[in-house]
Amino acid sequence: MEAMSFGTFIWTTLGAFLTLCIFSFLYRDNVFYKIAEHLVVGVSAGYFVIILWHNGLQPNLFDMLKDGNSYFLWLNSAQPWYVIPAILGAMMWTRFSKKWSWVSRWPIALYMGIATGVAVPLEMKNRVNLQLYASMQSLDWGNFFGTGFLDAASGLSGLIVFLGTLAALFYFFFSKEHTGMFKGAARFGIWILMIGFGASFGYTVMGRISLFVQRIQYIGDWTKVTWNPSSGGGFITFWFLTFGIFAVWAIYEIIKFFRNRGEITE
Amino acid sequence: MNIFDRMMSLDRRWVFLLLAVVCVVTYVWPFSIPIRTTDEVENIFDFIDTLKEGDYIFLGIDYDPNALAELHPMTYAIAEHAFRKKLKIIFATLSQNGPGMADQAIRDITDSVKLDRTYNGVFYPGRTIVNGVDYVFLGYKPYFALVILGMGQNFRIPFPTDYYGTPLDSIPMMKGILNYDQIKCVVDITAGNVADAWISYGQGRYNFPLALGLTGVMGADYYPFLNSRQIFGLMGGLLGAAQYEKLSDNPGPAMDGMRIQVYAHIVIIFFIIIGNIGFLASRKKRMGKEVK
Repeated sequence: MEAMSFGTFIWTTLGAFLTLCIFSFLYRDNVFYKIAEHLVVGVSAGYFVIILWHNGLQPNLFDMLKDGNSYFLWLNSAQPWYVIPAILGAMMWTRFSKKWSWVSRWPIALYMGIATGVAVPLEMKNRVNLQLYASMQSLDWGNFFGTGFLDAASGLSGLIVFLGTLAALFYFFFSKEHTGMFKGAARFGIWILMIGFGASFGYTVMGRISLFVQRIQYIGDWTKVTWNPSSGGGFITFWFLTFGIFAVWAIYEIIKFFRNRGEITE
Repeated sequence: MNIFDRMMSLDRRWVFLLLAVVCVVTYVWPFSIPIRTTDEVENIFDFIDTLKEGDYIFLGIDYDPNALAELHPMTYAIAEHAFRKKLKIIFATLSQNGPGMADQAIRDITDSVKLDRTYNGVFYPGRTIVNGVDYVFLGYKPYFALVILGMGQNFRIPFPTDYYGTPLDSIPMMKGILNYDQIKCVVDITAGNVADAWISYGQGRYNFPLALGLTGVMGADYYPFLNSRQIFGLMGGLLGAAQYEKLSDNPGPAMDGMRIQVYAHIVIIFFIIIGNIGFLASRKKRMGKEVK
């Protein structure tokens, strides 16, 4: 990002400004955050509508129905049966009428039927059966300790997966009181669950920090452009303008904080 | 108010401020940290590295710009690695806000491949990557599960044209390429439940080698699919991307970001510890009062 056109620079500056607007929420809700938030929602919705039109409705429906006659699109079309999904789609809009909303149940029922028919066998095979097989593989005694620390392919790892799955299921088995051996298994199960949640939490923290790191890298690169004399001395004005707005806001908040504190003390 | 009560009532904005200061300082201060690679990332690298010139791979850029911080480095690293190995890539995006971002990413990567580079001791002269010859970008279609199933029959069912409107039949690279049978693997980089659809409706239905690049939030949930061999590799979050960058000897934003991550994590762990100490101490004090 060392050299760029003025147009690109303006958009990059806007990106840096909006990033700071969003981060300002960490202090408290404010007008900068609201502007950025509404902009994101509006741009995303507008962009998606256009994408859906050009990638879904136009090629998959209107292009199929067009016959050169703009008044009766489908009458002489080579594929007039595409009018059926069009009618089903239009039926969904009856949701907005109390009297006619029942009509929308027909396309929903059709869609649910198809989706369920496609999903059930594949989901059953891939998310239930194969996962069950993987949890109950025969132990690899020849490679029990594996090649490294907690080697995923080792017999020990397989044993932990098997016992862990069983114990976690015990924890959720409420038809028998958790006493004796059951209590021990359930306790082991909760430990396994906690380790799983801990791993997810750790990954989540890493994910959130990654988002922040990327924004720092972005603002850092933008700062390099603004301060780079070869990229145009005028760019530095934007640096001052962008940070200046937040500096003024920060000073205002600090003054307000001390004033309020003074009032409370009095 | 003793120190433990102060710990418990610490304004969360101090945590944010300290975290921001640490991240900015570590960003400005240049240093590197060692990255340890894991089997699940090595599997993806090795698979792509051992493919022959002219082999096809499918790269799904199935994420929105809000996940690009974690996933863009993966896309860049894998695509550049594949282009340097002279593989052909079929790109597609099944994420609604992804097409423009994916198109920009592909342009950036093809620009990068124009430069001479040496990776892992092997010299790769720069070359021009041509749309339609070295790669094809299919673009976006809604309802990802149906698109994945449709591509299993013929790429032309969900994508009669590519992103730029060229019919697939008139694209040189797509001659003789009908469905997943002609490609060596699918690498899906995603931030949502498209990964589930690739597992169930893609790999589960058509049985091709599948690898996943996921956000950190999703990472832990998909390890069971490695164990069941439904996927052959997995990259989780920025760490996964950094590992791939290290393996391909192509340091990028992920490796740069990991050094900031390390210190950010230290700050978070520090606050978790003092938060717990504060909680336990104040609970002990409270229980002591109740006994009295």
